[in-house]
Amino acid sequence: MSAINYSEKIPNNVNLAEDRTLQRALEQWQPNYLQWWNDVGPDGSQNFDVYLRTAVSVDPQGWAQFAHVKMPDYRWGIFLNPAEKDRKIHFGDHKGEDAWQDVPGEHRANLRRIIVTQGDTEPASVEQQRHLGLTCPSQYDLRNLFQVNVEEGRHLWAMVYLLHKYFGRDGREEGEALLERRSGDQDNPRILQAFNEKTPDWLSFFMFTYFTDRDGKYQLCALAESAFDPLARTTKFMLTEEAHHMFVGESGISRVIQRTCQMMNELKTDDPAKLRAAGVIDLPTIQRYLNFHFSVTIDLFGADQSSNAATFYSSGLKGRFEEGKRSDDHVLKGQTYRILEVQGGRLVEKDAPMLNALNEVLRDDYITDSRGGVERWNKVIEKAGIPFRLKVPHKAFHRNIGTLSGVKVSPEGEVVSDHEWNARVEEWLPTDTDRAYVGSLMGRVTAPGKFANWIAPPVMGINRQPVDFEYVRFN
Amino acid sequence: MSTSPRVDYQTHPAQYRHWKLSFDGAIATLAADFDENAGLAPGYKLKLNSYDLGVDIELNDAVNRIRFEHPEVRTVVVTSAKDKVFCSGANIFMLGVSSHAWKVNFCKFTNETRNGLEDASKHSGLKFVAAVNGACAGGGYELALACDEILLVDDRSSAVSLPEVPLLGVLPGTGGLTRVTDKRHVRHDLADIFCTTSEGVRGQRAKDWRLVDDIARPAVFAQKVRERALALAAGSDRPGGPGVALTPLARRIEADALVYSHVRVDIDRARRTATFSVSAPPGGQPQDAAAVLAAGAAWYPLAMARELDDAILSMRTNELDIGTWILKTTGDVDAVLAMDATLAAHRDHWFVRETIGFLRRTFARLDVSSRSLFAFVEPGSCFAGTFLELALACDRSYQLCLPETPERAPAIAVSEANFGSYPMVTGQTRLERRFYAEAAPLAAVRAAIGRRLDGAAALALGLVTSAPDDIDWADEVRIAVEERVAMSPDALTGMEANLRFNGPENMFTRVFGRLTAWQNWIFQRPNAVGDKGALKVYGKGEKAAFDWNRV
Repeated sequence: MSAINYSEKIPNNVNLAEDRTLQRALEQWQPNYLQWWNDVGPDGSQNFDVYLRTAVSVDPQGWAQFAHVKMPDYRWGIFLNPAEKDRKIHFGDHKGEDAWQDVPGEHRANLRRIIVTQGDTEPASVEQQRHLGLTCPSQYDLRNLFQVNVEEGRHLWAMVYLLHKYFGRDGREEGEALLERRSGDQDNPRILQAFNEKTPDWLSFFMFTYFTDRDGKYQLCALAESAFDPLARTTKFMLTEEAHHMFVGESGISRVIQRTCQMMNELKTDDPAKLRAAGVIDLPTIQRYLNFHFSVTIDLFGADQSSNAATFYSSGLKGRFEEGKRSDDHVLKGQTYRILEVQGGRLVEKDAPMLNALNEVLRDDYITDSRGGVERWNKVIEKAGIPFRLKVPHKAFHRNIGTLSGVKVSPEGEVVSDHEWNARVEEWLPTDTDRAYVGSLMGRVTAPGKFANWIAPPVMGINRQPVDFEYVRFN
Repeated sequence: MSTSPRVDYQTHPAQYRHWKLSFDGAIATLAADFDENAGLAPGYKLKLNSYDLGVDIELNDAVNRIRFEHPEVRTVVVTSAKDKVFCSGANIFMLGVSSHAWKVNFCKFTNETRNGLEDASKHSGLKFVAAVNGACAGGGYELALACDEILLVDDRSSAVSLPEVPLLGVLPGTGGLTRVTDKRHVRHDLADIFCTTSEGVRGQRAKDWRLVDDIARPAVFAQKVRERALALAAGSDRPGGPGVALTPLARRIEADALVYSHVRVDIDRARRTATFSVSAPPGGQPQDAAAVLAAGAAWYPLAMARELDDAILSMRTNELDIGTWILKTTGDVDAVLAMDATLAAHRDHWFVRETIGFLRRTFARLDVSSRSLFAFVEPGSCFAGTFLELALACDRSYQLCLPETPERAPAIAVSEANFGSYPMVTGQTRLERRFYAEAAPLAAVRAAIGRRLDGAAALALGLVTSAPDDIDWADEVRIAVEERVAMSPDALTGMEANLRFNGPENMFTRVFGRLTAWQNWIFQRPNAVGDKGALKVYGKGEKAAFDWNRV
């Protein structure tokens, strides 16, 4: 294996050229990463020239450089937000002390676990999405998929950087394991179950990037508060990229809705059968997909009462969303938070210790944020003059973790009997028929400026390029 | 114990307050005459030859002086200079006012000292006769149990007893119960009566029950003691001739350091660690027996052993919250191996034998120290042979690898000394402990004698825990220590003792283990130390109030 030209091959602001620890780790890891990309990265795409954004530095000019590149040649880099001078820990038991520039041995195991769990989601989503390129609705969307994929790859690099730099041999072994697990592999699955599910079609992909990548945003925001400064800085930079992924999701769903509404108005019908016959995705199906992705994603925040959550916060490893903008004591001892449970067949609120309820706090912040995009989708429907509203389901709906796990609750928040659940579940969650129908729409549209029938074109292209720009050269 | 006065384990017969040491040819007499006003801490009087840590420090010193300064002594008679009382055991009021940690440390040292009597009998030909010339209770009888023979005066009143259970609500846990069964083979039901009868057992019954070896009327007691002492002396190979004076240690105690000539301890209070550094013998060491003897207490192996022993005891007693000890060595591997060669060549010489014994007992103190022990094998270190025992005694060892500059990489080395000179109290060598006495790994290590083992080689042989290279080293060892010091000290103590004593059990391991498990549990219970606990109300005219629930 030849030596790596670090500054050229791997853009970075972590002084890679001088850092033997990192160099040694990357010499081993980088070839394995490329092998992983070739094995389970985007299917059949290795020779495409894709119009991608590459971060070559963290300043405004550097973090979004656009050019056509082959994805295996993408310059996955290592970037940390610039250090904040004399940064102090601003929550938990260590509040007021200097932020940690090294991993304190006391917190090694928990920090490693947090980083590995976060890191594992990044390659997992690439694996989940690897076949989507074969059914892309347009070049524009294909390019967006690939952009998301390479940036998830870079986010893996970011987490691996922390493992390599701060966790010694253990960290290198964990870095390798991140390349060895496989989404959906029965014997060697990804850590979180949501990342072992298939992303079978583009509607799922857009839902995933809107809802599930937003979970990523909230986790990264919480980690961006960490007392472990390198983790805080690297996750802050990841957030700048994560924003694009959510844009892909929000605009994707918005365009699907726009196309459906257009067809509803053309055909003057809201009959799903007629709309399906016309090759668009009816709004109730979109609602069912929304219900599914929303409920699966909010499970990712973890149990509503968690000793880990309390430990992570008090020890300074993981803060709350926008911890610095909150005006409480940032220690939270003795405080409480309202969580849901079922009593006598009804959902009731009860007080739980705030520290143990921090997963719920983050989940509620997430839910508030998620609603915003759904309201913007409703504006599209409203503008088309159609009396239909998409709704975020109740947070107790279709849950599989914590107190609400397995409780049968309707999207409106009514506890229902098993009988009623079974009778109505096809109204609430995508059916096999729905999935088969959406799957049937997934053709492959590759001509510049052309779009599949079920989705509207975007208003504008990427990086001010026209919509019919050649975003992907298939060679 | 930062609020308590520092405890010093160094003393000298001229400073003794409690023991009278006298010599008569092959027989030395250690007479207990404890000064009741010379307790180590305020708050109690050492009445009726009851003892505290200070008494045991003198006993330990006296035995060492007999070993080294009096090679003509073959039998030590342990007796009392007080009328009607031999020794009434640990001072109950001292126990009542002591912290739990103090009690545990005190009992541990007491055990080590008593084990030392048996160690001397087994390895050095130094025999002990307990001449029990008066009441002998609790720890007093435990001391007698550690002797080779017990003679009890048959004066119709002097008894041996273990009254801890009926009087104090605790155990005769510093070897008492264990030696009654394991060593003296007292039938368990008779032992049950003995251990629950506060007045004890005297005369013929004591002999019948095997609690003592013989009894003698007052008129003939001294004669009988002398007969037995001489009989034991006849079987000893102690040679006589000039001894080696144990001169005062060259020691400087600083706020955060203990500095000796070959050993230093640096305390990092913020990190709660102490680094023990042991330096190799300087050049020009004597090689023949006469020169070794002439070097005396300055002979490197003895000087280093005494310094390390004092450092361990001092750190154990005086620095309770310094929970992790990092062991390092500095100097020339060849110099250590040359020392080992000298020790091996003259191992049958009484002085060399005593020195090896001192090293053996010192290393054994590490095994029972309630501290996490990590060895760092760094450039300039000399973990070879005898010094390798330090690393082998540790819970973990880290050896630096330097793949790019292998000539600078630190090496460890094995010598014959690792195969039998310094067995643990279990009787196993630390290599046998490490490899569960399995033949193949031990043979592989033996085959490595004579080689310098770099990190990779040492790791392959299983001699070190981890061998990070220079890129990983700093973080690897820092994180390992930081992680360790953050864990519960109680859980660590228990875990470490479990893992260190992983092999055969014997009387010594049972003494330590039962003290730890049972006595230290009872010492924490309200029935012993609550406001109405037996230990607290003893001697106050109050009756202990027990929680009757069995646990």
